[in-house]
Order: sequence, then structure tokens, then C-alpha cells
Amino acid sequence: MVTFKAGVHVTLRPGIADPQGLTIERALPALGYEGVSGVRVGKLIEFELDAADAREAESKVRGMCEQLLANTVIESYTWSITGESVDGAKEGS
Amino acid sequence: MTARVGIVVFPGSNCELDCQRSFDRLGARTEFVWHDDRALPDVDIVVLPGGFAHGDYLRTGALARFSPIMHAVAEHAAAGKLLIGICNGFQVLCEAGLLPGALRKNEGLKFLCKWTELSVEVPGTPYTARAERGQVLRVPINHFEGNWYADPDTLERMRAHDQIVLRYVKNPNGSLDGVAGISNETGNVLGLMPHPERACESLLGSEDGAVIFGSMLDHVAHLRATPAPV
Repeated sequence: MVTFKAGVHVTLRPGIADPQGLTIERALPALGYEGVSGVRVGKLIEFELDAADAREAESKVRGMCEQLLANTVIESYTWSITGESVDGAKEGS
Repeated sequence: MTARVGIVVFPGSNCELDCQRSFDRLGARTEFVWHDDRALPDVDIVVLPGGFAHGDYLRTGALARFSPIMHAVAEHAAAGKLLIGICNGFQVLCEAGLLPGALRKNEGLKFLCKWTELSVEVPGTPYTARAERGQVLRVPINHFEGNWYADPDTLERMRAHDQIVLRYVKNPNGSLDGVAGISNETGNVLGLMPHPERACESLLGSEDGAVIFGSMLDHVAHLRATPAPV
């Protein structure tokens, strides 16, 4: 069994208006940061997860995203998984 | 016989007493159902009231849809019985897949607490039988995530099936197509952001909410008076 570290990013789907992102995008030039576009505000959900291997961990994380972590009607998600087995061997993707 | 109304109470619900008072005043018999129960009592109508079920953590309604009672609520709806979700209850129904679409943050990123006017787009449903097409109902809203969305194909299908039951006369929150309330395809499940239970007596400034609740009670009474098909 390996303990993985997972990070799930949830944002509004492309094409769905993101008023928070838009407001930030409008605020940045006022601070002198020109050339910023496509600001999207989302959530980062981090957790640790026990799984036999990276493949199983990925499958679990995908299931969590579809069932709970994201509402796919309006949100899309990406995730990253890194992990080390108890004997220290590197796992992950 | 009086209609029986089960009002589901989640941790964080806060409109259940208003719903109870409104249905009681209209002659129904109400009872509360705790979210952790697995079975519904023998009821004709289920109400998912407004509030902040499970703190609205993660997303509005996201956790409430996994409350143990929701299995029985889905079965109640599948049997064709009336199920209404008000405000947070509407959000729960969308998360649970019992109604299409999802509720986004209001377009202006403001919590809105104000009176709105709703146009009855589809009369003759179990929720609007006491209204005429285009009749305007004055009912308040009180939400941050009331900006309903569905993809274009879903919206088209819903229009074709007369599922856009209530529209705002003046869209307060950016809701797609001005949607204030929608039904499922069979018409027995309704979700709406405005609060009819806060507009059921003149002291509160409007009795128009009673048009919706009264229609529901009429529907139940009508079903009882009609012999079951052989």
C-alpha cells in the first residue's frame, strides 16, 4: 500500500462565465500588471490517499471528482498525484 | 382527508418552520423528517426547505444529496408524487440529479435578499393550477447561488417539455433564460429559488406563495377524489 498526495483543481468549465475571475482580471491592470487574460477562480482540494499503486489512486481520485468534488454540469477538474511507498520507492504521475 | 406534507430538515436548514406554518395554514398536515432517517413517513408531498444544508460546504447541496433520506426522496419522486425544493432545496435537487442544471453564484456576486416578480410560464401543473398563464406572483428571493445554468441542448429539451415553469419578470441574478423555477420532465418535481413560504400571508407583504402551495394541495385532493385506474 502506498500513501499518495493528491491535489484536485476545480474550476468553472470553459465557456461558463466566471464573475470572480473577471473582476480579478479587471483589477490587475490597475496595479500595473498588464497582459493578464483568462483568469479563472477555482478550488484546490488536497488530501492523502492510500492505494495499491498510482493507477488505483488515479481511478479513486477520478471517481471522487465525478461523484462529489466537482459538479460537472458547470465545473471541470484536473488532478495531480504524487506518492512514496513505505519503503521509500517513488510512485506517482 | 388532509394532505400530508413531509418537510426534510438537514443540519443547516432554516426555512422549515416557515414551510410548516404556510402548509398548516392552508389546511395540510405537516411533519418534519430528519435528514438522517432512511424512510419517509406516509406523505403526499415532500418539501426540501431553504437554508444551508451541511453548511453548504464544497458546493450548495453537494453534501445534502448524500444524506440517507435522499434515497427515499428519490423514490417518492419516481413514484410520481410531489417534491418541491425551495432555494437551498432546489440546489439539493439539482445536485441529486432530480432536476436538470446547476446553480451558480449570482452574476453580480452579491447576496440578494429582495422581492421579485415571477411570471407563471406553464399553468396547469401541480404547482401552478391556481394560476393563469403569465400571472405575476410576488415572492421574495434570499440567495447567493441562484444563477441557474444548463447546457443549450438541455435547455432546448426543457422548453419543449414545458419545464420552465416560473421566470423572473426582471432577472435579478443572471439565471439562464430568466429561470426562477423548473420542473422535471414528468412535472411532479419542482425547484425554485424564490421562497413561497415567505409570501403566504398578507402580513408578510404577499399571499402569492399560497398560489403555489395551494395548487399542490389541490393536486393531492384531486388525486384522492379520482378513482385509481384499474
